[in-house]
Amino acid sequence: MIAALIWRELRRGLTGSAWLPVAFFLVVAALVPFAVGPDARLLGRIGGGALWIAALTAALLPIERLIEPDRADGVLDQLALRGVAEEAIAAAKIAGHWLAFGPLLLLATLPAALLLGLDGPALARSLVALAIGTPGLAALAVAVAALTAGLHRAGALAGLLLLPLAVPLLIFGAAASGEGGSALALEAAVSLLLVAGAPFVTGAAIRAART
Amino acid sequence: MTLLVARSVSCVRGGRLLFEALDLTIGAGEAVHISGPNGCGKSSLLRLAAGLLAPSAGTIERRASLALADETLALDRDRTLGEALGWWARADRGDLAAALDRFGLTGLAPVPVRLLSTGQARRARLARVAASGATLWLLDEPLNGLDRDGIERLDFAIAAHRARGGGVLAASHVALGGAWRELALGR
Repeated sequence: MIAALIWRELRRGLTGSAWLPVAFFLVVAALVPFAVGPDARLLGRIGGGALWIAALTAALLPIERLIEPDRADGVLDQLALRGVAEEAIAAAKIAGHWLAFGPLLLLATLPAALLLGLDGPALARSLVALAIGTPGLAALAVAVAALTAGLHRAGALAGLLLLPLAVPLLIFGAAASGEGGSALALEAAVSLLLVAGAPFVTGAAIRAART
Repeated sequence: MTLLVARSVSCVRGGRLLFEALDLTIGAGEAVHISGPNGCGKSSLLRLAAGLLAPSAGTIERRASLALADETLALDRDRTLGEALGWWARADRGDLAAALDRFGLTGLAPVPVRLLSTGQARRARLARVAASGATLWLLDEPLNGLDRDGIERLDFAIAAHRARGGGVLAASHVALGGAWRELALGR
């Protein structure tokens, strides 16, 4: 059942609009040189951080389709009826969402690094930092999606909720993209905490939203 | 065999008492028809029976597997009817082909769910229940949107389900075919 749920989530992500967050990621990355000018040294210094800002904003886009359609259409109720725990649904959704979101984002990091003028080692550090950070970002997106499911203006509210909660991930992720070392371990710790905690938050939010 | 036992159950929704001290037992092969005016708690009773709501007082004991057809469809809109129903049927290890055939949907299996008409979608949600292989069916206004052929097929499906020892709890404004035990709410 859980494997079927992960597969369903992945399929929905890829057949829906998986390219949309990725395109958004690339557009934000492309805006940075316009905003700060074409100075290669400056761009190289802020490039890692700019990638993270782009990744954060891209993570906001799919939030509205993660939980709310399944809640409104009774899929979550049908799963509960079959004895699937809300936490298990949440974990499956996080896994499926990351599979549809993370690898594509990492792929898009290559052209984004080109736009920002990152050199080889900086690109490698950014890829590692994003690979470690995106599961945490996916978990946060699912939890926020569950917390805002069924509310009016859920999209705007989700942004207000997700971005501050993503600050620790942003701090250590951007630092790991810049210098690596101990920041990477701290980023991994934050990401792990989000992945471990999000299913419980999501599960409680799904149960609380049930009417 | 008893499928469901509810003892002195009360239901409060939005600060309003819908019903209290309700006792209900559904045995194998039994069918109970919940009737009553709008807002008297018919759908809430079905959600209580399904375990999706907690009763304000009393206990509900579920002793059999359940399937629920409420107002939602719970089928992926972008997939074909066969794939979307098949996803649930696989999860339930149920018989998809028989359920499609029972509700006259076999020809619609390759049609995307979003293109189904209202009545066809209503049949699809009943087929989801039939394909689940569950023992106790919870049906909310099962006749809504069904044509004469659909109603006959539903009556037939319910009769076959009861003959196999299954139970049905249905909320409906209209009388259903066959012998039903009446449960009037809000009187």
